[in-house]
Amino acid sequence: MQALYAQLLVGLINGSFYALLSLGLAVIFGMLNIINFAHGALYMMGAFCAYFLLTYGGIGYWWALIIAPIAVGIFGIILERTMLQWLSGLDHVYGLLLTFGIALIVQGIFQNYFGSSGLPYSIPDELRGGVNLGFMFLPIYRGWVVIFSLVVCLATWYLIERTRLGANLRAATENPTLVRAFGINVPRMITLTYGLGVGLAALAGVLSAPINQVRPLMGADLIIVVFAVVVIGGMGSIMGSIITGFTLGVVEGLTKYFYPEASNTVVFVLMVLVLLVKPTGLTGRTA
Amino acid sequence: MTVVTDDTLPMTPRAMRDEMIVFGVMAVLLALVPLSGIYPFFVMQALCFALLACAFNLLVGYGGLLSFGHAMFLGTAGYVSAHALKVWGLPPELGILVGTAAAAALGVVTGYVSIRRQGIYFSMITLALSQLLYFIYLQVPFTHGEDGIQGIPQGHMFGFLDLSKSTVLYYVVLGGFLGGFLLIYRSINSPFGEVLKSIRENEQRAISLGYKTEQYKLLAYILSGTLAGFAGSLKVFVAQNASLTDVHWSMSGEIVLMTLVGGLGTVFGPVVGAFVIIAMQQYLAGFGQWVTVIQGVIFVTCVLTFRRGIVGEIAHYFRRSL
Repeated sequence: MQALYAQLLVGLINGSFYALLSLGLAVIFGMLNIINFAHGALYMMGAFCAYFLLTYGGIGYWWALIIAPIAVGIFGIILERTMLQWLSGLDHVYGLLLTFGIALIVQGIFQNYFGSSGLPYSIPDELRGGVNLGFMFLPIYRGWVVIFSLVVCLATWYLIERTRLGANLRAATENPTLVRAFGINVPRMITLTYGLGVGLAALAGVLSAPINQVRPLMGADLIIVVFAVVVIGGMGSIMGSIITGFTLGVVEGLTKYFYPEASNTVVFVLMVLVLLVKPTGLTGRTA
Repeated sequence: MTVVTDDTLPMTPRAMRDEMIVFGVMAVLLALVPLSGIYPFFVMQALCFALLACAFNLLVGYGGLLSFGHAMFLGTAGYVSAHALKVWGLPPELGILVGTAAAAALGVVTGYVSIRRQGIYFSMITLALSQLLYFIYLQVPFTHGEDGIQGIPQGHMFGFLDLSKSTVLYYVVLGGFLGGFLLIYRSINSPFGEVLKSIRENEQRAISLGYKTEQYKLLAYILSGTLAGFAGSLKVFVAQNASLTDVHWSMSGEIVLMTLVGGLGTVFGPVVGAFVIIAMQQYLAGFGQWVTVIQGVIFVTCVLTFRRGIVGEIAHYFRRSL
C-alpha cells in the first residue's frame, strides 16, 4: 500500500504540472489563437532561472518562485511583441510552427551549454524532511508542490472567471473588435495574457526543479503529454483544464503502480478513447 | 478551415505543361547523378526524405491538415521492413511491400482517430499518437530499443537487382521516388484532389454540396501515410538500419521544416526543401546542437517572412504554378 500511495503522490505532482501548463496553454489559445509549442521550453527556462539564481546569485528558492516567472514572463512578452503578434489573422498552423521553432532554438542553446544531463537543485531548508501521516510518509516538499499548484490554479481561475479584468479578457476572446470599441487596450491585454501563461509555465518549472533535475529537454517530452491533456480536456474551460490535469496525473500514477509498462502511454491511450467517444473533449466546445 | 497557401491558381493546361517540364528536368538531372561524382548516399537519403515530404505535403498543402506525427509512418514502415528483411529473410520487394502495408494499416487506425478533430487539434493529436508509438517501439522487443535494428541485408530485388551496389540501389530508390511523386501528382490533379482542395478552402461548403468530407480527409490521410511509409521502407535500404530517431517527434518536425522551406502546397517545394535541409545537416554535422538552433531559426524566419517557401516564392514571382 505504501508504494501505491507514493505513486499517487507522484501522480498528483505530475498532475500539478499538467494543470499549470495546460491552464497556460488554454489561456494563451483563448486570446492569441496560438498553440504555444514553446511552452515546454519556457517551463525549462523557469527551472534554469531558479538554478542560475541559486548558483550565480546565491538567491534561494523563495525568491526564485517570484523572480523566475517574472523574468520568463518578460521574455515571453518580448516574443509576443516581436514575433507572435504578426501572426494574427493567419492560419493557426503558423503559430504552432513559429513557437515550435522558438522551442528548438531555446532548447538547442541550453543543450549546447549544459549538455543533456541533469543539474541538481536542492530542496529549500524550510521544506525538507517529511511527516508521517500514519498510512504513508509524506515528504513536505512534495505536499507543498501539490497544494501550492492547486492554489495558483484556483487563483488563475478566480482571476479569469470572477474579476473585472477577467471579464474583459473573456469578452476580448469572444469579440476583440467590440471590446476595443469600449476603450480597452486589447493588444496590451493579449501581450499580458501571453506573459501570464508563460509565467505559469515558468512557475511550474521552478516547482519541479528540486524534484526532477534541471535539464534542457525537461519540457520537450512533457509538452506532448500536455497536448494530449489539452485534447482530452478541451480548451474551452479553465476549471476543466485544472481538473483534467490533476486527474490525468493521478491516473498516470495509478498506472505506474498497477501496470508500470503502460505508464508512459496511458495518457495518449486515454486521449484516443476520449476522441472515439466524445471528439470535442470532456469539457467540449468545438474550436 | 482557413487557407494555408494564399495563391491558388486554377489548373490550366499551361500550368500542367510547366509542371511536366520541371518534372522532366528533375528526373533527368536525378538520373545523371551517378555519372556526376556526387556522393550517391547523400542523394538517396535526400530522395527518401523528398518523397516523405511530398507525402506530408499532400495532406497539409492540399488537405489543410498539418500532421505533426508523420515520423510514425516513416519509423513504422522502417521497422517492419527491417524486421522482414533481417529476421524473416524476405526479398527486398516483399520487404518494402510489408513495410508499406504496415504504414497503410497504421494510417487507417490513426486516421480514424485523428480526423475527428480539425485544425490545431489535429496537429496535437497526431503528435500525441506518434509519441504513443515512440514509447511502444521503445518497449517492444523486436525493435531492439535504443540500439535499433542494424546490419540489414540489402539483398537482390526481383532476384537480379543487386542492391548492395550503390548505383543499382540509387536507380531503385530514384524509381521509387519518381513513382511515388507521380502518384501524388496524379492524386492532386484528380477529382479527388479537387474535392480535397475545396475542403481545405471551405469545409462547410463542401459538406453542403453533398461531399462526405470525413471520408475524403481520411482517404488523403491514409494515402499520405502509406506513401510516407513507402519512403521509410526505401530508406531502410539506404541507411541499413531502423532506429528510434525515425519515430521521434524531432523527425516529424524536420518533415514539417522541409516542406515549409520548400513551399507548403507546391508540387516541387517538398523536394527542394528536403535537399536543402539534408544538405544543411550534412555540412553542419560537426556543429552539434547548433543544428537544432539553426533549424529553429529557419522555422521562425520562414513563418515570419517567407511563408510561401523557396518554390512558392519562385512560382509567385513568375506567376506560374509549380
